[in-house]
Amino acid sequence: MAVASGSQTMNNVEAVRATLYEAMKSDDRTVIIGEDVGNRGNVFLITKDFIKEFGPQRVIDTPIAEASIVGIAVGMAMEGLRPIAEIQFADFIYPAFNQIVGEAAKTRYRSNGEYTCPLVIRTPYGGGVRGALSHSVSIEALFYHVPGLKIVAPAFPADVKGLLNAAIDDPDPVLFLEHKKTYRLIKGEVPDGHYTIPIGKADVKKTGTQLTVVSYGLYVHWALEAANALEQEGLSVEVIDLRSIRPMDRTAILQSVRKTRKLLIIHEDNKFGGIGAEISAMVAEEALFDLDAPIRRLAAPDVPAMGYALPLEEEYMSSPAEMADSMREMVKF
Amino acid sequence: MATTITMPQLGETVTEGTVERWLKQPGESVEKYEAFVEVSTDKVNSEVPAPVTGTLREILVQEGTTVATGTAIAIIEEVGAVPAASAAKAAAPGSGASATEPPKTREAMAASANLEPVPGFNLPEMPVQHAGNGHARVAPPDASSETALRGVSPAVRKLAREHRIDVRSIRGTGANGRVTAQDVLAAASAGASAPAAAPPAKPAAAPPLKPGTSTYGEPIPGTLIPLTSARRIIAERMVESKHTAPHAWSMVEVDVTNVWKWRAREKDAFERATGYKLTLLPFFIRAVVESLAGFPLMNARFTADGILVERDVNIGIAIGLPTNLVVPVVKGADKLSIKGLAIASGELIDKARRNKLSADDLQGGTFTVNNNGANGSYASAPIINGGQAGIVTMETVVKKPVVTADEAIAVRSMMNVCLSLDHRVVDGYVASGFLADLKKRLEAMGPSGIL
Repeated sequence: MAVASGSQTMNNVEAVRATLYEAMKSDDRTVIIGEDVGNRGNVFLITKDFIKEFGPQRVIDTPIAEASIVGIAVGMAMEGLRPIAEIQFADFIYPAFNQIVGEAAKTRYRSNGEYTCPLVIRTPYGGGVRGALSHSVSIEALFYHVPGLKIVAPAFPADVKGLLNAAIDDPDPVLFLEHKKTYRLIKGEVPDGHYTIPIGKADVKKTGTQLTVVSYGLYVHWALEAANALEQEGLSVEVIDLRSIRPMDRTAILQSVRKTRKLLIIHEDNKFGGIGAEISAMVAEEALFDLDAPIRRLAAPDVPAMGYALPLEEEYMSSPAEMADSMREMVKF
Repeated sequence: MATTITMPQLGETVTEGTVERWLKQPGESVEKYEAFVEVSTDKVNSEVPAPVTGTLREILVQEGTTVATGTAIAIIEEVGAVPAASAAKAAAPGSGASATEPPKTREAMAASANLEPVPGFNLPEMPVQHAGNGHARVAPPDASSETALRGVSPAVRKLAREHRIDVRSIRGTGANGRVTAQDVLAAASAGASAPAAAPPAKPAAAPPLKPGTSTYGEPIPGTLIPLTSARRIIAERMVESKHTAPHAWSMVEVDVTNVWKWRAREKDAFERATGYKLTLLPFFIRAVVESLAGFPLMNARFTADGILVERDVNIGIAIGLPTNLVVPVVKGADKLSIKGLAIASGELIDKARRNKLSADDLQGGTFTVNNNGANGSYASAPIINGGQAGIVTMETVVKKPVVTADEAIAVRSMMNVCLSLDHRVVDGYVASGFLADLKKRLEAMGPSGIL
């Protein structure tokens, strides 16, 4: 990451907004399309006033029709524009599933490389905000099975900017996941100027020697909180922020696991068939003889949704305290 | 996990059985394969062995009752399984309450969603020491070591192998006394010498061993033979060679008819002149050293810095003694004639049998020959003498019908020659070339030669 002259403190919403603004400003092929992105300026005010500056031709309000949003964006991308489609909440992405999986992800392959689909689909996801059944879901596992689709889920403002720039520059479709609880909660220094962070690179946010924790999104912050607390008990936990879910940084995970010999995967999405399953399988295939404990996954229970009632939401999610408990057990195993 | 035991089918046409007698009562522990119930049919009375190790939780069929084969008769709770709680939950979804495990809201949630309970927030089952030793009448002799090894992680296994440490000799600091990778590393750095030889913990149920009353020459069943230093060194060297040198194996069949005839013609005169018997060994060694000259990589050793190609050709001769194995070395074997080799090897064999070998006699070997065929061995896979590239054996000489070059069938004296090679030093290409050359040289030897 090339750090320019200075940096500014931003939260994740501001980092998304600033990056989108620069993209709109620097390349007039860039188009933002989605529900309420224009006059309303996005429900989190990410694109507030964009329509005034760039006009309704480039900041396009759509009906509540996700299949159309992505379908139109796929067409724009194939014909030379740089669309950034927004699904207002990840919970509403299902109607667009065919456009994303069946069309966008296969464009390059289907056309034998003649067409690419340089499309970014941004969407806020995740819980912890009393969002209940239709404003809390994690959707990454539904899409990470699909070759041809990149998925990123940064947790820190500087990573948001670097990865969003990389996603916009990418010649192929990228699903860009923004954890809505981190939007205003997480602040950090964001370097000035244009820079990218390569998609597919994880980041070791805290080094440690006794246990590797792999996570992404909001839970990276909670895992760091737990790991830092354990540091006071003399336990040394390494925390890896995946940042990109697909492609996955196998090297970073394996390197760390070979050092610590223990692996805990923490994610907010439910456990069965989740991202942790792929990481577990990969580590079992590549590093079995370095493992000193069974791989463990801390993830949500297999229930249909995060409940609205606070106790249900809390029960669905893993707290920093629960994470610390799991880490402690793993280190002491 | 609970295992349901059903009435076995004791015979092809048998459709029902009677529970005669319960050998175990609920709450008692049972070992796998231990008889825990007697059943009878009109054809046979039989004790039924337990399919798993665990605790007999419930008897479902009372003594004297006849039931159809396949009917559940008992439930055994497996050792190492999550106890009662999960089973109780399965029986009464959502209730979840148990003395041993607090109810888990997650599971209650899952249950309310009509999905399977999710035990996922606990670590996978930890190895549990078998709790029933007090009850078990007959523990298998290796029960404790098996238990000790059950929770050994792949990393621990790998590290223990690398550092040659017996995991059972390490005191574990992990959960439930588990030996961790750190424990192995600590043990490795603590005593590079001691732990390797540390004996495994003795199984508690094994009969007391009487050391010192039994010898290698006269082994007495049920006793422990103390290790002589020679036996200890043999053990260490064999293990070291097998662990460090990846052994590969190859064999050729050699027609020794002519060399055998040559030997027969010379042996009486030779014995009169020198006092030593003339065996096939010196002929063989001669062929070996000639082949080694053509394949110097076979007379080499693997070192961390590279493959050290030996200057000298010193041939070790493996000699089996009743309690021991010695490998005295014919130094400068490439400079000796067959006659010289016969005398040199004859001297060494004589000294070995009289236990008169000096330390010098045993040092400096660069390649080894094992005359293995005396007792009829037809093929063998020898262990390389540490620090050498290979070892060849002479197997027994047998007369066989052989198709000769001109497609006739002839009775020939055939001998297998087996080679184990250190695959770090040479590959099959060199090794098979060496063996083919050795075969050619042996087959070319004949009565017209000069000893």
